[in-house]
Amino acid sequence: MSQLDESDRSVAEDAGWAEPPARKGFFTDTSVCIGCKACEVACKEWNGVPDDGFNLLGTSYDNTGELGASTWRHVAFIEQPATGVPPQGETAGDLPAAGPTQLGMPTVGAPPARPDFRWLMSSDVCKHCTEAACLDVCPTGSLFRTEFGTVVVQDDICNGCGYCVPACPFGVIDRRVGDAGVKNVGIAQKCTLCYDRLRADQMPACAQTCPTESIQFGDVEQLRERAANRLAQLQAQGVEGARLYGHDPDDGIGGAGAMFLLLDQPEVYGLPPAPVVTTRDLPDMWKKAGWAALTLAAAAIASFAGRS
Amino acid sequence: MAECHPVGFQWVMEAKKRGATVIHIDPRFTRTSAVADRHVPIRAGSDIAFLGGIVNYILSNEKFFREYVVAYTNAATLVGEDFVDTEDLDGVFSGYDPETGTYDTSSWQYEGVEEQAPAGNRGSEQSAHAGAHELGGRGASLPHANVERDETLRHPRTVFQVLKRHFARYTPELVQATSGVSPQDLLAVCEAVTANSGRERTTAWVYSVGWTHHTVGVQYIRCASIIQLLLGNMGRPGGGILALRGHASIQGSTDIPTLFNLLPGYLPMPRAAEHHTLDDYVDSITSPAQKGYWAEARKFAVSLLKAYWGDAATAENDYCYDYLPRLSGDHGTYQTVMDMIADQVEGYFLIGQNPAVGSAHGKLQRLGMAHLKWLVVRDLNMIESATFWKDSPEIETGELRTEDIATEVFFLPAAAHVEKDGTFTQTQRMLQWHHKAIEPPGDCRSDLHFFYHLGRKLQERLADSSEDRDRPLLDLAWNYPMDDHGEPSAEAVLQEINGRHLSGEKAGQLLNSYLEMADDGSTDGGCWIYTGVYADGVNQSMRRKPGREQSWVAPEWGWAWPANRRILYNRASADPDGKPWSERKAYVWWDAEAGKWTGHDVPDFETTKPPSYRPDPDAGGIEALAGDDPFIMQADGKAWLYAPSGLLDGPMPAHYEPSESPVRNGLYRQQANPTRQVFPRRDNLQNPSPPEPGADVYPFVFTTYRLTEHHTAGGMSRWLPYLSELQPEFFCEVSPELAALRGLAHLGWATIVSARTAIEARVLVTDRVKPLTVGGRTVHQVGLPYHWGVGKSALVSGDSANDLFGVTLDPNVHIQESKVASCDIQPGRRPTGPALLAYVEAYRRRAGVTTETGNTRRTPLEEP
Repeated sequence: MSQLDESDRSVAEDAGWAEPPARKGFFTDTSVCIGCKACEVACKEWNGVPDDGFNLLGTSYDNTGELGASTWRHVAFIEQPATGVPPQGETAGDLPAAGPTQLGMPTVGAPPARPDFRWLMSSDVCKHCTEAACLDVCPTGSLFRTEFGTVVVQDDICNGCGYCVPACPFGVIDRRVGDAGVKNVGIAQKCTLCYDRLRADQMPACAQTCPTESIQFGDVEQLRERAANRLAQLQAQGVEGARLYGHDPDDGIGGAGAMFLLLDQPEVYGLPPAPVVTTRDLPDMWKKAGWAALTLAAAAIASFAGRS
Repeated sequence: MAECHPVGFQWVMEAKKRGATVIHIDPRFTRTSAVADRHVPIRAGSDIAFLGGIVNYILSNEKFFREYVVAYTNAATLVGEDFVDTEDLDGVFSGYDPETGTYDTSSWQYEGVEEQAPAGNRGSEQSAHAGAHELGGRGASLPHANVERDETLRHPRTVFQVLKRHFARYTPELVQATSGVSPQDLLAVCEAVTANSGRERTTAWVYSVGWTHHTVGVQYIRCASIIQLLLGNMGRPGGGILALRGHASIQGSTDIPTLFNLLPGYLPMPRAAEHHTLDDYVDSITSPAQKGYWAEARKFAVSLLKAYWGDAATAENDYCYDYLPRLSGDHGTYQTVMDMIADQVEGYFLIGQNPAVGSAHGKLQRLGMAHLKWLVVRDLNMIESATFWKDSPEIETGELRTEDIATEVFFLPAAAHVEKDGTFTQTQRMLQWHHKAIEPPGDCRSDLHFFYHLGRKLQERLADSSEDRDRPLLDLAWNYPMDDHGEPSAEAVLQEINGRHLSGEKAGQLLNSYLEMADDGSTDGGCWIYTGVYADGVNQSMRRKPGREQSWVAPEWGWAWPANRRILYNRASADPDGKPWSERKAYVWWDAEAGKWTGHDVPDFETTKPPSYRPDPDAGGIEALAGDDPFIMQADGKAWLYAPSGLLDGPMPAHYEPSESPVRNGLYRQQANPTRQVFPRRDNLQNPSPPEPGADVYPFVFTTYRLTEHHTAGGMSRWLPYLSELQPEFFCEVSPELAALRGLAHLGWATIVSARTAIEARVLVTDRVKPLTVGGRTVHQVGLPYHWGVGKSALVSGDSANDLFGVTLDPNVHIQESKVASCDIQPGRRPTGPALLAYVEAYRRRAGVTTETGNTRRTPLEEP
């Protein structure tokens, strides 16, 4: 077995599963996303997630805003004006100056010249991290690692303490806000990678419904390979800014169960560029605290011992 | 396409993955543009200029597929001497009568084919002044098909040369000045489509209502057809023109029509003034001397009559032909609404339709409904058309008062598509059966249930009547098996549509094809193009064989009309000798050994007719089709680059400005379509367009469209939380330049105003809408998604974009111009109540609007 196999299967094995199936996850190829939001709707339909408010946010066509307790798939829209090359065939003439306002802020190098307008679209989801901080901090054991290597909240155990909320480096999990009558108000909620559908040998609702196969579901190991191939293909075509995100087992969260092909920096999509599992330094911090305590105790003893 | 057909769009993405180039031409950069290889921004309403530029490029650079064009189109046919082009008549074709705004089309005819045929020689029923509705859906007829041709294409009156002269002025400079499309973009498109057409490659065009909802909509499509014919892309795999339709099964609703001027299978509705007998009617459809399958129309018509009236329809009574309703004029929806306002119409059935929001000129629609005696609304939700009497914009302004509206409104809840059996017929002519998954809740019932029991109850009420006028209803063959809930069997209805043998040894057997139809009452069939959906007694529309288990044509998924042919006119995929144009694009071909046509699809040709067949000069109908006449429904067997008959506004497309436009037509003195249907009325005032004064009062272009998240007039989306939250509010899209010009703030409010009304919308400032340089000046466009309506029942409501439009129609098909008009836009919310009326009126006064504004059909010569 390869190193990769071991680390994938070991996520579930470490959690106590004997002979779990191959780890399951998503590869979201945003280069073929058409922003239809069928994923948002299918997820809510299948999981009975309530609506998240009727608010025109004005962030392009994104009125969902962000992932949260009542949004487990969120399609981001980023409009990128053309830069560097004047629009073809138009006279500057009587058009007022368009383009970003220069505020005199420091920048790291000039932004890349972009001859054509771009509209980036991406369906975001819980990353189902290999090293999941929400899982680490949950005091009740409500959050658990499934046999598929995914991270799931058991809503009948969650006590709504909210520790998981600041723990997530992506800001995914949250406690549901709602009126009386809405299901699971106060309970932490997030994508379950359709755990019930996986156990019935089905794929998650979002992957099932995505018309362009932007959302791909499968074995994480195979998805990593597919992602690498797709990246190579786009780079050969000269597609600007193509990169993978969450694919690397050596990154700050041990690699994600849900990885992405992006067409620009993660920050452009509202994703942290170098996420680290927030509990990473906890063992080290406890150790240091322990040494500090011992040192303090030793110093105290020494100061008493010096008396006579 | 990605916005409106996201699921179908997966095939475009699949094609892209396999190396296809995707070009998107649209006034806005949409979700389709985001994944296309190139977006070409264009001024809404100027597509004929753009397409004409492509035609000119193809002809000037000799990029046309010569063998295909000569053999399969009417390029070589000679046009009569009397024809004069728009180029020589200042923007109109020969035969224009400014008094009536119509053409005498006799001068457009082919050489040697007289329009006014002597009595006894039928087929000239498309008389010179035929109203559009009289043409029905069938192809245009010719008195005969013995035309004169010059296959060298050099004779100056060949269609080819006429076309070339007509489009010679559509240069890149003119295209840019008219449509705003840059010469670089135009050249890129021309090079891409010509490089990808010919023997080895084909190109497809895809369009929807962005092309059809115009006063020149039919000519838009004609222009695309000309391009595809010149490039040899019709009837070939990966070619053609895909007309995306607007709703599930709207294709079915024209096949088995809800359109007033059609009978099933695109037979025309008979006309009261002329079609006194069945013979009169049938003879008007086609002349015996012309080519093609419409010669069989009598069989289709008689079988239809037998399906309607069963045993009561006999040879003695002309198969109950007298029972068919007749056209007495324009019964189109807009004329009907005006008739409502004139108290000429008592009742209205709205079946899954929300005209208060979805039709042009919302106020007119709502005023019309206020004059009805009764209104029946069948829908899933309490749409705005059902509640207009209490919460329409006219209640707010005081133009209507609830207590004064006498309309009795019946709302009957409808079953959704998963709550009933039936078929969808989608854009590619494919029927797919859908199975009932659950019983409809409460009082919800299917449309089949409603109409069947309505008919049954009416028959019961009239059972004792001795009036002749009640016979058509009482004699209907109206007996379908029902289930325990009284739901008629949809399968029984589909079988009736398919048709049966009624007598002889095959009595009771379902027909396998329309070729089995007879005109002696021995067959019935509700829609001849659907015959075969029950071939071999099997419901073919139910078939779901996965793609990976069959050929790439996938003929065993559903059933396409006619005869399960997946590409029409596919004879054209082989050369005149019956050999595929290339191995790569082989589709159907002649198998000389077997003596028949064969291939990957059902050949759209007489199976055993060899390519070498040449007809007797006196033959007509199917026999007259030569072995190299792929366009078997056409009266001369050829595809028409130039249409000698069948259209009311010209044998070739010409660029006219939209009926309301801030731009002066740069090609001709003639500003807008000279035959467009206008309705000069105080409740249908128009914005002025140049050369009329006051056009600058409404200086911007606006266009309407859909968003993925909602569905048309909102009846199926604005009541659902999961869709409503995705796009909760009505907004307008403007460029940063227009925002700066008018002081519009992102997420602020804007008021958009026309001669009809003013509406308000939230503002989205975006680079996806660009100002264009047209005619030397900047033209700004405002984008308006039209899903919202004013009412109190939906989860999300808002002003309706379609309220801005007036009613001006394409003359051929009565379609409204609702994809482009002019407007002004101002920051801030609109006035409410009577102040709104004053606001709109102030604009009209400034613009000098009268009932004549915008309604002059022939643009007068300008004063020097």
